Amino acid sequence: MLLPPAVFEVSDAAVRFGEVRALDGVSLAILPGECIGLVGHNGAGKSTIVSVINGGLTPQQGEIFSDGTRLAPYGIGVARNRGVRCVFQELSLCPNLSIIENTRIMHRTLGGFGWRARARAIIAASLDAVFPGHGIDVGDQVGVLSIAQRQMVEIAMAFSDAGQPPRLVILDEPTSSLDAGLATQLLAHVRRFVAAGGAVILISHMLNEILETASRIVVMKDGKIVAERAAGGFDHAGLVKAMGSVATHQATARRSTGASQSVLDLPMAKGQPFRACKGEVVGLAGLGGHGQTRMLLALFDHHAPQWWPRRDPAVTFVAGDRRENGIFDRWSILKNMTIATLSDLSRRGLLQDGAETARGATWKTRIEIRTANMENPILSLSGGNQQKVLFARALSTRAPVVLMDDPMRGVDVGTKQEVYGIIRTEAEAGRTFVWYSTEMEEMQLCDRVYVFREGVIVAELTGDAISEHNILAASFEGTAA
Amino acid sequence: MKALFAKPWIWSFVAAVSVWLATIGVTGGASTVGLSQAALTFAAFSVLVGIGQMFVITLGPGNIDLSVPATMALAGTVALKYMDGQNGLVLHGLIIAIFIGGGVGTLNYALIKALRIPPIIATLSMSFVVQSAAIWTNRGLRIKPPQVLADFTTSTSLGIPNIALVALLMSAVAWVLLHRTPYGRWIMAIGQSLPAARMAGIAVDGNRFVTYLFCAILAAICGYLLACFSGGAALNMGSEYLLMSIAVVVIGGTAVAGGDSNVPGIWGASLFMFLVVSMLNTYGVGAGVRLIMTGVIIITVILLASGRKDAIR
Repeated sequence: MLLPPAVFEVSDAAVRFGEVRALDGVSLAILPGECIGLVGHNGAGKSTIVSVINGGLTPQQGEIFSDGTRLAPYGIGVARNRGVRCVFQELSLCPNLSIIENTRIMHRTLGGFGWRARARAIIAASLDAVFPGHGIDVGDQVGVLSIAQRQMVEIAMAFSDAGQPPRLVILDEPTSSLDAGLATQLLAHVRRFVAAGGAVILISHMLNEILETASRIVVMKDGKIVAERAAGGFDHAGLVKAMGSVATHQATARRSTGASQSVLDLPMAKGQPFRACKGEVVGLAGLGGHGQTRMLLALFDHHAPQWWPRRDPAVTFVAGDRRENGIFDRWSILKNMTIATLSDLSRRGLLQDGAETARGATWKTRIEIRTANMENPILSLSGGNQQKVLFARALSTRAPVVLMDDPMRGVDVGTKQEVYGIIRTEAEAGRTFVWYSTEMEEMQLCDRVYVFREGVIVAELTGDAISEHNILAASFEGTAA
Repeated sequence: MKALFAKPWIWSFVAAVSVWLATIGVTGGASTVGLSQAALTFAAFSVLVGIGQMFVITLGPGNIDLSVPATMALAGTVALKYMDGQNGLVLHGLIIAIFIGGGVGTLNYALIKALRIPPIIATLSMSFVVQSAAIWTNRGLRIKPPQVLADFTTSTSLGIPNIALVALLMSAVAWVLLHRTPYGRWIMAIGQSLPAARMAGIAVDGNRFVTYLFCAILAAICGYLLACFSGGAALNMGSEYLLMSIAVVVIGGTAVAGGDSNVPGIWGASLFMFLVVSMLNTYGVGAGVRLIMTGVIIITVILLASGRKDAIR
């Protein structure tokens, strides 16, 4: 059988961000008349491969072909000229301009006298084609549209044709803000577009959409393609399994928690309520950005002091985004560590240098902060050691509850193991930990795990039920109870 | 020596001493004592408002108190009007001034917090309200201060002006607050990173409120003393202290972006600001040229001070 040349082909692409391999030798060819479903959990490399294809990111290694010819140099402009269109999760329209004006920005060739009329015709036609009966006035400013309407315009923009037809449309979570009816319309349009010879890459966490729409499914994990089959080759369970790792080992033994007293409650507007008991390590799992951080912040804001300092704080927080809400970069390691416990380190309102130094020395040995002198600037430490300082800051408070917002981001394996040990010890001593993490193995260290989807808790897993398979299954649509 | 030159405040003192030497060099040392005492007196007023402004600037980008001059005017006029030249009411007057400062500070932060107005707008609009209140109470009258206070503010103890001693005392209190108490650490943390400070469990609103309160109270005390020193409250007596309060903070080596402040630099900068003008006056430079040169000299000192920070990083 003679295949037509691929609309687009990436061969052996590798992208590294520092020590992180975002893409590790990925080859992917997209033929005309094909809809590729791209799945994998967070950090698998889906967005990276999309950026490589649309020209936003130049891989350190690998080649890019289109219609059998190699494209070099390659960039966003070249990609657009080849008919590559992208719809991102983060909406990219200018909110202060009308839909017509946004169309003009997207299509450079639209310029010249009377462009408004031409742009109006083009975008209106595309909206009508994708979402019949959409009810959007294309003269409206984007800012007044609802989030779903913006997403619709964004999608219609990608499929619109201003003299240069789209050939490959990349849809990154296109249905995340659309309701079921609109999603059905979109997927129907994708099928029509593909039947007419177009190519589509569809990224979605809604596995049913992928299974129904894609003609070929590509599963990514840790920057590699781990499975690739025609759509019929997967069912829902098989797809979930392909995304997870095959062998999962138990990292530590977990205790089954009895009915001990609850120290932290948060009623949720929807879904299951949140509850944490004394001495428990509670995990917050699910795909990134599905409400875990928001809930941690809500818990923190509810208990943190605003006007009057508290000697006995109810909660303490370990930030994952060190640069944004963790460290104070003008200060020494010691000052960074003791900032949360200054009331304990002062007498009659005055800071006690001796007490502060002693506190620093204790924690320096206890969690092995690798520095010659605690007076050194915080920025002299490696990322992992900075994170340890943040742990020391939180653990040295008297707060009975520690909230952790993906605290192991960018921390090396050795440090992680040390911190896991500390968390375990502290939990046994009666501290409660609420731990959001995108890493599966960290969830397996928890006593109980809440799985989030779209801002609500959709499942609660306890003890041996905490497994990568169960978490993934609950994270994706359709399988959770 | 090297450690000394790494201090952010050293340049303001280097500048102040150089200008002082350049001035008494011309007069042949004849006016040394007079010049020094005048410098200390006038610097003291700048120090008082400068310390308050420094605490506010410590809170981080966007934090500034523009209501300082109006607060000075209102506190000065109301206190003097109440005391009405009677020696027995000196303390009452001071307490009234402090209360006015407290009121302005509270309203400032109320505007910032409740209406979510940026501090620069909130304190500026507050200053119009306060200034109008001062005009309303004063009605253009010039009331004499109680004789005790007039004497106290214009005389010296052991050769040092009393006003300078008051400012020195306040500076010591400010230094302890900034470096030896949790409060000082907290506001410096807030200035470096507001989200990080919040996540570290610092009571951000409480600390910011107290800081705006402190700044307004210092401005009010300064207005009270200045009104007594200059023989009566005038509505425009605070006007030059708006720029002065900010300039002495910046020249003193405090980070404009917040989170890194120092008290000694305020003194160096305040002395410098007064001495530059008297030096140029001594040289007989015309008013226009004097303003230009003042500007150029200030820019030079700031450049020197910021060059130091780059060298460290």
